[in-house]
Amino acid sequence: MDDQALVERILAGDREAFRDIVQRHHAALERVVRYYVKSDATAQDVVQDTWIAVLRGLSKFEGRSSFKTWLLRIGANLARKTGSRERRIVPVDPIDPVSSARFNEGGMWTQPPAHFTDLLEEKLANAKALEACRAALADLAEPQRTVVTLRDVEGLSTREVSRLLDLSDANTRVLLHRGRAKIRETVESHLKGGTPW
Amino acid sequence: MTKDISCRQAVALVSDYLEGALSWRDRRRLERHLANCDACSAYLDQMREIILLCGAVTFEDLAAPAVERLVEVFENYQRDATRDD
Repeated sequence: MDDQALVERILAGDREAFRDIVQRHHAALERVVRYYVKSDATAQDVVQDTWIAVLRGLSKFEGRSSFKTWLLRIGANLARKTGSRERRIVPVDPIDPVSSARFNEGGMWTQPPAHFTDLLEEKLANAKALEACRAALADLAEPQRTVVTLRDVEGLSTREVSRLLDLSDANTRVLLHRGRAKIRETVESHLKGGTPW
Repeated sequence: MTKDISCRQAVALVSDYLEGALSWRDRRRLERHLANCDACSAYLDQMREIILLCGAVTFEDLAAPAVERLVEVFENYQRDATRDD
């Protein structure tokens, strides 16, 4: 059932539909809230306040944006007010995502990336790669983790991610690149049998 | 072989390329580089694979007590809304 159908059921008072929509979006909402709010207890309160605001506004939700986008914007607004009022300044991570040792002085590869595209076609390797990807994602430092989760796992546009996290589009893309590059390294080392480059 | 950009520079442009955020000029330079460089082409393919893999990641369900707390919020809201009517 899509979100719009769930929304209609919720408006009709269907508790199970509410349960479903909470379950479907809780991970994305929690990531956005946690981006602004540090403590567990406060984050839990903000999540709860977000759902209250959603219920209050639901009859006026016109579906101009997706339900998920609307929900996350409400969550981000409430979390922003509760969390640090300072605009988050994201240090541009000076570490090159691909280690410098892999290039010669002229900037050409000395240790080219190992091919894993063929490996991914095998189901077993695919499951292993997916697990490595999940673990690498969880290990990413903030704000890379939130950026990659919202863009690549949750499928939001780069612009929407920037808007939710108060980042410039360019900054979001830098964080996305660094995050993806780190995940790629982890997946590569797993597929090669645990030997990092 | 002459290349306008180095492999290292090409790698740095890959995400912006996939996001469609490169200028026309950078895009052409990168594509020219990729046409002549197997290693960077492999890198680009892998970044595409990573995006696909991330898209397949699912998160654990919210724990039951947390869901029940929210369901309670919903029920309270319903009750208040009915009372207001």
